[in-house]
Amino acid sequence: MNRYPSWLNALVLAILLAGCLLALPNIYGSVDAVQIADNDGADFDEVRLEEFLRVVEGAGVTPEAAYLQDGRVVIRFESTEDQEKAGERLRGQYSRDANVAMTLTPKLPEWVRGLGLSPMSLGLDLRGGVYVLLEVDMATAIDSRMALYQQDFDDRLREARIRHRVDLADQAITIRLTRAEDMQASRDIIERADPDVLVADGTDGKSLTVRMTQTQIQDRQNFAIEQNLTTLRNRVNQLGVAEPLVQRQGVDRIVVQLPGVQDPNQLNKILTATATLEFRLVDQSGDEPGSRRYPGRSGEAPQVLKRQVVASGDQIIDAKAGFSEGQPAVFITLDSAGGERMLKTTMDNLNKPMSSVFIETRRETVMRNGVEEQRTVKIEEIINTATIRGVFKNSFQITGLTPMEARDLALLLRAGALAAPVYKIDERTIGPSLGQDNIDRGFNAIKIGFLAVIIFMVVYYRAFGLIANVALFSNLVFIVAMLSFLQASLTLPGIAGIVLTVGMAVDANVLIFERIREELAAGSAPQSAINSGYEKALSSITDANITTLIAAIVLFGVGTGPIKGFAITLMLGIITSMFTAIIGTRTIVNFVFGGRKLQSLPI
Amino acid sequence: MRLIKDKTNIDFLSASRRRVAISVSIVLVIVSLASLATRGLEFGIDFTGGVLLEVGYPQAANLEDIRSNLGAAGFDDAQVQQFGRETDVLVRLPPQPGSEASEVRVELQRVLQAGGDSIELRRVEFVSAQVGSELAERGALAMVIALLMIFLYVMIRFQWKFSAGAVAALAHDAIVTVGFFSVFGLPFDLTVVAAVLAVIGYSLNDTVVAFDRIRENFFSLRGMSAEEAMNISINEMLARTLITGITTLLVLVALLSLGGESIAPFSIALIVGIIIGTYSSIYTASATALALDVNAQDLIEPIKDVSDIDDLP
Repeated sequence: MNRYPSWLNALVLAILLAGCLLALPNIYGSVDAVQIADNDGADFDEVRLEEFLRVVEGAGVTPEAAYLQDGRVVIRFESTEDQEKAGERLRGQYSRDANVAMTLTPKLPEWVRGLGLSPMSLGLDLRGGVYVLLEVDMATAIDSRMALYQQDFDDRLREARIRHRVDLADQAITIRLTRAEDMQASRDIIERADPDVLVADGTDGKSLTVRMTQTQIQDRQNFAIEQNLTTLRNRVNQLGVAEPLVQRQGVDRIVVQLPGVQDPNQLNKILTATATLEFRLVDQSGDEPGSRRYPGRSGEAPQVLKRQVVASGDQIIDAKAGFSEGQPAVFITLDSAGGERMLKTTMDNLNKPMSSVFIETRRETVMRNGVEEQRTVKIEEIINTATIRGVFKNSFQITGLTPMEARDLALLLRAGALAAPVYKIDERTIGPSLGQDNIDRGFNAIKIGFLAVIIFMVVYYRAFGLIANVALFSNLVFIVAMLSFLQASLTLPGIAGIVLTVGMAVDANVLIFERIREELAAGSAPQSAINSGYEKALSSITDANITTLIAAIVLFGVGTGPIKGFAITLMLGIITSMFTAIIGTRTIVNFVFGGRKLQSLPI
Repeated sequence: MRLIKDKTNIDFLSASRRRVAISVSIVLVIVSLASLATRGLEFGIDFTGGVLLEVGYPQAANLEDIRSNLGAAGFDDAQVQQFGRETDVLVRLPPQPGSEASEVRVELQRVLQAGGDSIELRRVEFVSAQVGSELAERGALAMVIALLMIFLYVMIRFQWKFSAGAVAALAHDAIVTVGFFSVFGLPFDLTVVAAVLAVIGYSLNDTVVAFDRIRENFFSLRGMSAEEAMNISINEMLARTLITGITTLLVLVALLSLGGESIAPFSIALIVGIIIGTYSSIYTASATALALDVNAQDLIEPIKDVSDIDDLP
C-alpha cells in the first residue's frame, strides 16, 4: 500500500529538476554591460556583433563576454570603467541607428544562456526608474483630421467655382452655399473627395453638413495612438535606456517605463520633440543653387536634393503598408494642396528620381569625458528614393521595399506626420536605493517568515512537518521558476503575494495531516490512515484553492499596477502549491513510509 | 505536538451562542459602516490624485522645519510625516492643477533642500485626480465581481444557502477590515484593496473547508440535527483552522515588521482580515446557513425518477 510506480516518482523528480533549472538563472549576480538594440527593431546578426566588438577593442577594452540575445547585442565587462569606455565609443559611432544602453545584465554562464533561460525581471519599484502614463488627446486627433477635410473641401469647391463658406465646429463641417442650385454639384465634389464621409443636407436647402462615420473616427483614433506609439518608441530608443517599455493601455493611453532612469525630465524632452517628412526632387546635375546633400538612413544612398519641397509631412493624411501588383508598397495619401503640387511636379518630371526625407528634432545622449550630456539634434535622412514612373496626385505609392521595410516606412511616415498631443496623467519615479531597500526588506521578510513556518511545522508535525517543508521550499523554487519562465515582473506587492502563498501553501498539508491524525485516532492502521487522509482531504483542498484562484483571477483581470503584480504571484503560488503540497508530499511519504509495516506514524 | 486536544466539543452554534456571535458581528459591521460614513477613509494618492514624495535626509529630519518651509513656498496643504526611519520623510500634496509635474518636482526639491541638506528623492509620484477615481472604481468593481463569482462557485459545488452563508461571511470580513482602516485612520491605498481581496480569498478558503466537512457529516451523521452536525464539523476542523491561521499570521507578522513602511498597510489589512476571517468562518458563515434553515436534504441530489423508463429486454 502507498507505493507510487517508479515512473511517477521519476516524473515528479523530473518536474522538480525542471523547476530548479528554470529558477537557476536567478542565483547568478549582475555584471556591467552595454546593450545595443537596432532602432528600427531589426535583429542584429553575428556580422554586426563582430563589428561592434572591433569598435570595443578599438577603445582598448577587452569584454568579459559578448553575445546576441533576442536580436540585441550584449557585451559584458569586468569593470564599470571598461563599460563606460566601450559605451562611449559605441555611442559615438552608432547613436543614430542604434540604442546603446549602459546596463546591468545577469552574469549567466554560457550554457545557461544557451538554453534560452533568463532570471525574473524586476518591476520598477524594485529596480528604480520612471513610470509615466500618457493620455492621447483624441478630440484633437479628430479635430486635426477634420481641419484637413475642411481645407480639402474648401480648395475643391473653389476650384469648381462654387461660391461657399466652410465652418468647422463640434467635429462637423458646415458648408454654406450662396446658390441653392450648387447643392448637387457640391455634394458630388465632397463624395468624390472621400466617398465614406456622411453628408447631410441642411434644412435651409443651401447648406451641407459633413461628419466622419463611426468607423472613420475609430480608425482615426487607432491611427493617432499607433502613430504616437511609434514616435515615442523611436524617441525613447534615443535615451540610451536598456529595456524601455512603450505600450498601449486601453483606448487612449500609453504607458512608458524607463528602468534605471532617475530624472523624468529626460522623458519630457522626448515628448516635446517633433518629426516630419518632406518630398524633394533629386538634383541630378548636382549644382543647382540651393541644392544640398542629404545622408541616407540605414543603407539608403545619400543624394543631392533640390531646394524646393514638393510636399511635406503635415500634408500627409495617411500612410499604409500593403501590396501593389505583388510588390510590397507604402500607400500615401496627401491633402488636396499637397496633391496639386505632386500632380504638377510629377507631370513635369517623369522618369526623374524623387526622395522622401525624414526630419526629426530630438534629444541625443552623448558621452563626453565619462559624463552623459544631452543635446538637441535635427536629423534629416533620406528614407527612400524612387523614379517617378507616372503622373500622380494625392494618392501614390512607394515600391522597391521588402514587406518589413514597407511596414516600417508606413509607420515612420505616420510617425513623422502630425501626432495627437499627449498629456501626462500619472508619473512615478522610484530611486535606485529605495528599489534596493524594497528588495532587501521583501526578501528578508520572506526568509524570516519562511523560517518561522518551517520551525513551526517540524515541531508540530515532526517527520511529516519536515516533508511539508520540503514541499514548501520546492513551491518557492517553482514560483521563481514560473516568474522567470513567463518573464512576469516581480514587484513589491508580488513579494507580498509570495509571502502570503507561503502561509497558505501550508494549509493543504495541515488539512491532510490533521485528517491522518483523525484517522489514526479513529483506530485506522498507519498505512490506511495515510491513504484515506490524502483521499478525504483532497476535495476540501481543491475547493479551497479554486475559490482563492477565482479571487486571484478577478484581481488579475480587473486590477491595475500593484494589484496585478500581487495577483500574478498569488495565482502562480496557488497552482504550484497544489502540486507540491498534494503530489509532492505524497511522493515523499510513499517513498519513505509506503509498503512498510508500521506500528505508528511520526506525525 | 497538539495545540488542542484530539476531541473537542465546544458549543459554537447553539441558539444562545449564535445570538452572541451575531450580535458581535452586527456591532462590528455597524461600527465599521458608521465610521466609513462619518470619518471616511484616509485615501492614498492612488485614489485621490496628488503628489507624493519620499525623501531621505542625511540625518534625522526636522518635520517642523520642513512644514514651515513648504508653507512659506506656497504649499500650505502639504502633509509631512515620518516614514519608517527617522531620516525618511513622506510629503503629500493634493493634485496641483495647471502646473507641470516637472515644475512642481523641481520646486519641491528646492524647498526641501533649503536647509542645506543634500536630500535624496527616493520616490516621486504624480497621480492625476482622474486616474485616481478610475482606480477606485476598478478596485470596487474587482471586489463585487470576485464576490459574485465565488457565490456562483459555492452554489454549484454546494447549494445556495451555503453560498449565502459564505458571501455573508466574506462581506462581513471585507467591511470590518475596511472599517478598521477607517476607525484607526490608517492610510488606504491600492495595496490595501489587494489585501482585502486576499482576505476574501483566505476567509473563503476557511469557509469552504468547513462546509466541506459539514457536507460530509450531513451524510455520515444521519438523524442528527443540522445544528449538531455543523457544530461537530466545526470542532473537528478547529485544529486545522487555528494552525493555518497561525502559520499565515507568522509570515504576515514577519512582513509587517521587516517588509518596510510602504508594505505596512498591506500587512495590517491582511492580519486584521485573517483574524476576522477565522472568526467569521466559524460563526458568520455557518450561522447564516443555519438561519436559512439549511439541512441534509439540501445537499442530496434529486434522485432521478426511473419508473417511466421502459423495461429493457
